[in-house]
Amino acid sequence: MAFISSGYNPEKPMENRITDIGPQHFTEFLPPVIEKNFGKWVYHEILEPGVLMHAAESGDEVYTVRAGTARLMSVTMIREICDIADKYCGGYLRFTTRNNIEFMVETKDEALALKKFLNEQKFGQGSYKFPVGGTGAGVSNIVHTQGWVHCHTPATDASGTVKATMDAVFDQFTDMKLPAPVRIAMACCLNMCGAVHCSDIAILGVHRKPPMIDHKYLDNLCEIPLAVASCPTGAIRPSKVEIEGTQYKTVAIKEERCMFCGNCYTMCPSLPLSDSQGDGVAIMVGGKISNRITKPAFSKVVVPFLPNNTPRWPEMTDVIKRILTAYSEGANKYERLGDWANRIGWERFFEVCDLEFSEHLIDDFRDPAYYTWRQTTQFKW
Amino acid sequence: MAKHKTPLLDQLESGPWPSFVSDIKQEAEARAKNEKGLDYQIPVDCPEDLLGVLELSFTDGETHWKHGGIVGVFGYGGGVIGRYCDQPEMFPGVAHFHTVRVAQPAGKFYTTKFLRELCDLWDLRGSGLTNMHGSTGDIVLLGTQTPQLEEIFFELTHNMNNDLGGSGSNLRTPAACMGMSRCEYACYDSQELCYNLTMEYQDELHRPAFPYKFKFKFDACANGCVAALARSDMAFVGTWKGDIRIDQGAVAAYVGGEFAPNAGAHSGRDWGKFDIVKEVVELCPSKCISYEGGKLAINNKECVRCMHCINTMPRALRIGEETGTSILCGAKAPILDGPQMGSLLVPFVEVNKDDDYQAIKDIIEGVWDWWMEEGKNRERLGETMKRLGFAALAEAAGVPVDVRMVQEPRHNPYIFWKADEVEGGWDRDINEYRERHLR
Repeated sequence: MAFISSGYNPEKPMENRITDIGPQHFTEFLPPVIEKNFGKWVYHEILEPGVLMHAAESGDEVYTVRAGTARLMSVTMIREICDIADKYCGGYLRFTTRNNIEFMVETKDEALALKKFLNEQKFGQGSYKFPVGGTGAGVSNIVHTQGWVHCHTPATDASGTVKATMDAVFDQFTDMKLPAPVRIAMACCLNMCGAVHCSDIAILGVHRKPPMIDHKYLDNLCEIPLAVASCPTGAIRPSKVEIEGTQYKTVAIKEERCMFCGNCYTMCPSLPLSDSQGDGVAIMVGGKISNRITKPAFSKVVVPFLPNNTPRWPEMTDVIKRILTAYSEGANKYERLGDWANRIGWERFFEVCDLEFSEHLIDDFRDPAYYTWRQTTQFKW
Repeated sequence: MAKHKTPLLDQLESGPWPSFVSDIKQEAEARAKNEKGLDYQIPVDCPEDLLGVLELSFTDGETHWKHGGIVGVFGYGGGVIGRYCDQPEMFPGVAHFHTVRVAQPAGKFYTTKFLRELCDLWDLRGSGLTNMHGSTGDIVLLGTQTPQLEEIFFELTHNMNNDLGGSGSNLRTPAACMGMSRCEYACYDSQELCYNLTMEYQDELHRPAFPYKFKFKFDACANGCVAALARSDMAFVGTWKGDIRIDQGAVAAYVGGEFAPNAGAHSGRDWGKFDIVKEVVELCPSKCISYEGGKLAINNKECVRCMHCINTMPRALRIGEETGTSILCGAKAPILDGPQMGSLLVPFVEVNKDDDYQAIKDIIEGVWDWWMEEGKNRERLGETMKRLGFAALAEAAGVPVDVRMVQEPRHNPYIFWKADEVEGGWDRDINEYRERHLR
């Protein structure tokens, strides 16, 4: 391959450099009906799964068809999306905050025709390219992270766990039969990029072994004080070791204080900890972000560990389906998963979901842990 | 013919959900065919090698990306996430596999013209793989080599009039819900405020000058569609003062079954006939709604604007007319000292485009001045707040202390006073004390 210059001159790197121009203004991209009725919408309806209608003061209506995506997508796929938007939507489209695509048209007939068309598009191996859904009281797309596709600190994969989960709960994406929306999120380590800490159900990559220490290289590659300061439990201290007669500045890790968060590895490449047997996923539930009825809430850990059983994580999808089924059967209309668990009590939640409760689920992190224990005689047998 | 065998990944091609494996494979095929006759600037088989290295990770249960990676473009301190494979000989196509974060338009509306130009650029100079979008909001161009970074940036800025997003210890790429463009709940123009602040603080976004990362997010109402109060250090959540607007005729239409509750969000299951008392009145967290004699009444003084009644009867109830935003600070993920949601700093501030949002910028800059001075290395705003106290944040922001800032008053009596708040100050003479109290 021959290098093709863009016009950038590496001899004069600062010449003709354009900086600080930011994104383009969003009004450059609004469909005409959106631009015309901006800020003047009066109500909306969900006509059927994946199809919304918004009505404006002017009497104008816009119909939105929402379709799932894998988030990780090729330019071939984006061009196919563009072809659809050119054919049906005047060359406009948008993406949602959960990485679905939305196509907007101006009549109901066009919307239903578009839904039908989208649901007919499949990959050669059979999966839908643009399954329509993700609206109302169902399961929408899974907010997720990089996993083994791009990141250096994951304890599991993102795209793989998400595909396995969405296949398992697919009928909830294309329907609206739950008590309230269920947000599922995924993060491949406990940096929790994304929404794991505030979702109805969350998949979290976790380690279970302390880091290995690459003593000979550590001082050359790491700022030791940063590695020491990176530890939430104070398990790391500066240290010296002698290997084959040579003294090295390094760190020592108190293994009984380490809870495998991996933050020291983030700061120091000489402290890797990934491990095929140690690593896996934890399941959290009961978080929410909206202020509707109840306040926003963090998700809580209900399964401390499940193995990375690639490629489909069957233990993980089994737990998620069990939780979803128990919630669907037990919760009241409008009740989010966490609100349901709070109402019936967590002892009942574990019973109806058939989950094992272990010591790993009792908070032991600093002062606030106390507030998660039960300071009352109110409990159910 | 695929370059690597991928028996595990192949199993993720079945099932109904869009398969990222099938999509990556179709990109690999498209590059192999190269119908446009492009002179690809990174290896043609980059997507093939990505599948290869991913299959290896699926086999041995561990990532195969080396730690870190520091690359970028001149003039900026962030925007590109460098990444190198730890098996470059087996998978030379992804020996370099850097991610470029591209600033996205607020609300993520696009024209196909823009996306096609971006695809043409990325096809030639990258892997042809993307994330639409990163969790913070950026368009993510997934996988290219170091020599292409300046070329991509040059084309992006010169030909597409678009910039990079943020990474590192700086202001990250702000994001907004779709706001007024297609939602009747929007209490302010979240997209415009997002755009304005993104442009105002371009320097803070591109050149890391902070103790750690800092994010803005903009939700136009309390439903939180961009999750501002969980996923941004400073969250702008729209709200109103005054009364919810009630259309009694439309209320009757809901009660009569003419309009579906919650716009039809529960239509996949038979929940029985809409019961306004059970589904709205009794679920109101403030119990400030009544329904008597066919008339819905709201005691707005007691309303906490949770959105439930409006969400449930969107054709009958509308947000109030005096609108603005609340500001909540400190949300973050667990590392280091536990997760936080945003804590309410400003109950209400006008979102006033006419004076270029000066009231909001004053608050932001007050908070930044304080945190940039006081924040420790890699300490998020939320952690600085915990260490130095919420009152210190309020003082820095120039916001008067308000009971709305707390869920409840403290229950321990370990109360600090400043010396000048106490009569007589703190300078005392033990001998004088002993004149009244013998040893």
